[in-house]
Amino acid sequence: MTSNSAQDLYAIQAVDLTRKFGHFVAVDHINFHVEKGEVFGFLGANGAGKTTAIRMLIGLLRASEGTAKVAGFDIHTETERVKSSIGYMSQRFSLYEDLTVLENFELYGGIYGLSRSDVREKSSSALARLGLESHKKSILSSLPLGWKQKLAFMVAQLHNPPIVFLDEPTGGVDPITRRQFWEMIYEAAAGGTTIFVTTHYMDEAEYCDRVSIMNAGRIEVMGTPGEIKEMLGAKSIDEAFVRIARPVED
Amino acid sequence: MTTFLALLRKEFIQIIRNRPILVMMIGLPIVQLLILAHAATFELRSVEMIVVDQERSAESRRLVQSFASGGFFSIVGHEDNVDMALGYIESSEAMFVLVIPPDLSKSVQSGLPTKLQLLISGEDGVRAGLIQAYANGIIQLQARSYLLESMPVPKGASSIEIRELFAYNPELDYKFFMVPGILVLLVTLVGSLLSAMNIVREKEIGTIEQLNVTPIRRWQFISAKLFPFWIIGLVELAFGLAIAKLVFNIPMMGSLLLVFMAAAVYLLAVLSIGLLVSTVTNTQQQAMFIAWFILVIFILMSGLFTPIQSMPEWAQMVTRLNPVSYFIEIMRRVLLKGAGWMSIQGLVFALAVYASIMLSIAVWRYRKVAA
Amino acid sequence: MGSLGSFIMKEVRHILRDKRTLLILFGMPIAQLVLFGYAIRNELNDVPIAVVYLSGSEEVSKLSNHLTASGYFTLAGVYRTEAEVWDGLESGEIKAAVLVEPDYPSNLNEPGSARFQIITDGSDPNMAQTVSSQLSAMIRAWHQSSGASFPTLQTEVRLLYNPEMKSVYLFVPGLMAFILMLVSALMTSISVAREKEMGTMELLLVSPLKPIEIIIGKVAAYIMLAGVNALTVTLIAVYVFGVPFRGSFVLFSLLTIVYIVTSLALGVLISTKSNTQQTAMMISLGALLLPVILLSGFIFPIKSMPDILQMLAQVPPAKWYLEAARSIMLKGAGLNVVWVPLVVLTGMMFAFIVLAWKNLKEHLDL
Repeated sequence: MTSNSAQDLYAIQAVDLTRKFGHFVAVDHINFHVEKGEVFGFLGANGAGKTTAIRMLIGLLRASEGTAKVAGFDIHTETERVKSSIGYMSQRFSLYEDLTVLENFELYGGIYGLSRSDVREKSSSALARLGLESHKKSILSSLPLGWKQKLAFMVAQLHNPPIVFLDEPTGGVDPITRRQFWEMIYEAAAGGTTIFVTTHYMDEAEYCDRVSIMNAGRIEVMGTPGEIKEMLGAKSIDEAFVRIARPVED
Repeated sequence: MTTFLALLRKEFIQIIRNRPILVMMIGLPIVQLLILAHAATFELRSVEMIVVDQERSAESRRLVQSFASGGFFSIVGHEDNVDMALGYIESSEAMFVLVIPPDLSKSVQSGLPTKLQLLISGEDGVRAGLIQAYANGIIQLQARSYLLESMPVPKGASSIEIRELFAYNPELDYKFFMVPGILVLLVTLVGSLLSAMNIVREKEIGTIEQLNVTPIRRWQFISAKLFPFWIIGLVELAFGLAIAKLVFNIPMMGSLLLVFMAAAVYLLAVLSIGLLVSTVTNTQQQAMFIAWFILVIFILMSGLFTPIQSMPEWAQMVTRLNPVSYFIEIMRRVLLKGAGWMSIQGLVFALAVYASIMLSIAVWRYRKVAA
Repeated sequence: MGSLGSFIMKEVRHILRDKRTLLILFGMPIAQLVLFGYAIRNELNDVPIAVVYLSGSEEVSKLSNHLTASGYFTLAGVYRTEAEVWDGLESGEIKAAVLVEPDYPSNLNEPGSARFQIITDGSDPNMAQTVSSQLSAMIRAWHQSSGASFPTLQTEVRLLYNPEMKSVYLFVPGLMAFILMLVSALMTSISVAREKEMGTMELLLVSPLKPIEIIIGKVAAYIMLAGVNALTVTLIAVYVFGVPFRGSFVLFSLLTIVYIVTSLALGVLISTKSNTQQTAMMISLGALLLPVILLSGFIFPIKSMPDILQMLAQVPPAKWYLEAARSIMLKGAGLNVVWVPLVVLTGMMFAFIVLAWKNLKEHLDL
């Protein structure tokens, strides 16, 4: 039961979202929203608070202060319903290495309540899309990292969630794979899925519809890549970021 | 339901695919059982003893002979004085010295008392106690035979005859008791340690995060984790009992169905301890140590190695919180004494309560959302 | 500080940072000492029995009093028939019963015997034996003291080294063997297995550290840990529980160090055979745990086992350590008595180190 229908326009909306660990403020009253069907880039250096923020949004961590709505559900009071509506790909690769490709699909399909035939159908098309049908019975640990990452993305979408969260999905893969990955992201977005992606590769920011840059727990700028570059008088997001990040004063 | 089944399926696949673990889980207990059940006995065999015979009469020689012929003792030396004899004990060549006084035959003939000395090494307490019991037994038997032969029997003299009978286990075969007991231990240890480590492993690797992001309910996750080990535990038990019967000929007086019913509840209780441990640890090493620590204490106080009866009051109270002791008692009663449901229902209910409480705490403690 | 030195430092830091494990490592022996010191005993204490007087005479109730006065036994309810006794045994209400035949004591003055029957619950053979012997001895003693019997041969028993038969004296050396072996072998094997599982082992193998140095490095850190543990246990045993320490401390320390190193090397050997921590744990536990408890002489005397097992029992290092430690602590034995176990242990130590080293080298060649 959501209150304000105006707010349902947004896939994600965060209001003063905060997280403290003792005295350390990892995420400091951030405010932003993500439109439906957007590809939203959540940028920042390591340690800026991106992962903490994302974990609050997907219900892995409780917010200390503030609130957020994901897919129209409140993260505090409707956490489980949030989870039914999202897909997630974690920074640490977390599919099961000792299961086969197909078994991983079947597991998560089952968890999200898909019928066996549904799972079969969707995993077939996912594998076809990746060109990995011949590997459906391969044990995951035997596959190269790039394939595993793509598979994880497919698994995240298995139950057709309206929003998919990707935490540093292209870490450690070669440029070609990164390219291919972003193609997949666009496909998903074209189908109406909202994509919330964090990354510290600033060039990937150019691929997003809108972007925010976090630094020391705060969102310093937000807007389309073009807007940001203009705001900061930078030629690339990379440069823009460098202008924002200042050395932390002790 | 699909969620639970999907999780369950994954658990089984992971376990079965893990060859070494599987082999060990099933094979190790069996091997251990076979070897160690034979080891777990206190029976006396060929205890090395020294005789200091200060009389060397016909009577004393008969007495010494009765020691030599029993099979319990093995006379490795005769000495003239006690100090020499004690030297054997010091050098671990003997455990026991029998000192026969110089007035043995006189005492036998006249009816006046005399004292034999039993010097027993206390370094192995259990054996010392047994040596004492057996030696006394042999001596009393010999005393009776002297009595029956001596003439005349002084007026008012009589000796009493005491018959010792052991119920349920007439030969006092330690295996009757130890085999089911060890089986329980093995099943307990393997089950709970592995289940604790299993959950923590997901934490260590990170796959647990992926699960926490899904809408799975806590009870689904936990049940899926417990169920395979529960089944495996029951299978191990069945296998072990079969061996107990076929190889050791352990009596199974009572209903096996009852045993398995009780085992089902017991395993829940014990696995949930492992579960609880996994909710407080982050690495497999820690999980293993803590679970290990708890289990060893439970096992030592379970009544399998030393009687609960002998424990001080406070320890006996602590035993009430020890599921292992309940199940050992159940096994004992049903297998050896042929007890029925009436006799064990209290114990089974206690286990059921224990399991429910433990499981509830574990489910409550397991958080999908970090605080 | 060379590469070996920094490696050892890393291991020590690892250990010190893991507070939970440290707690267990030190807490466990202490808890077990308390248990063994105070809770786990073989002594008889308020064992519930029944005395069935099939005649109901005065003499017999005096017998009941005599039996219960010692504190070993207590009368559990009123039992009048043998059938009731069997019920009581089955339900566990009583552990034993003394049945006195109907004609006692009137037939005392006839030559021959008066008859008693002791029925003991044999499902716990350990206790059964003790209970039955005790009851038997007490009945006999009572009978003699009431002046109604022919004085049979009396025995005077002296228990050497441990006159009060305190369980803790006996368990402490065993406890040391058990804990040190398990902690050392278990910890090392899991530690090495973890490096493998997490992938950091490859880094080590590729570094300037030679395989032998990797082993020594792991072992060194844990030696220190185990050594501190052993010292703590010994001090507590001696000063808190009053366990005697009659032999040479130097000899004892030497023995203990050799044993620790042997166990640690064993742990490393196990870990070279395991790919995951779970496997390492299972092997350590399975191949070490129960054998240590059951085969080393810790609880069950080796001499009581069937011959094959007696041979098998010579294999675990724990057996040798236990034997030697007991001799030193309780009997004050010196090198002349203890040299055999010491030599055997040292031999094992070198053997395991060499084996582990070989295995590690093979791993490198893979």
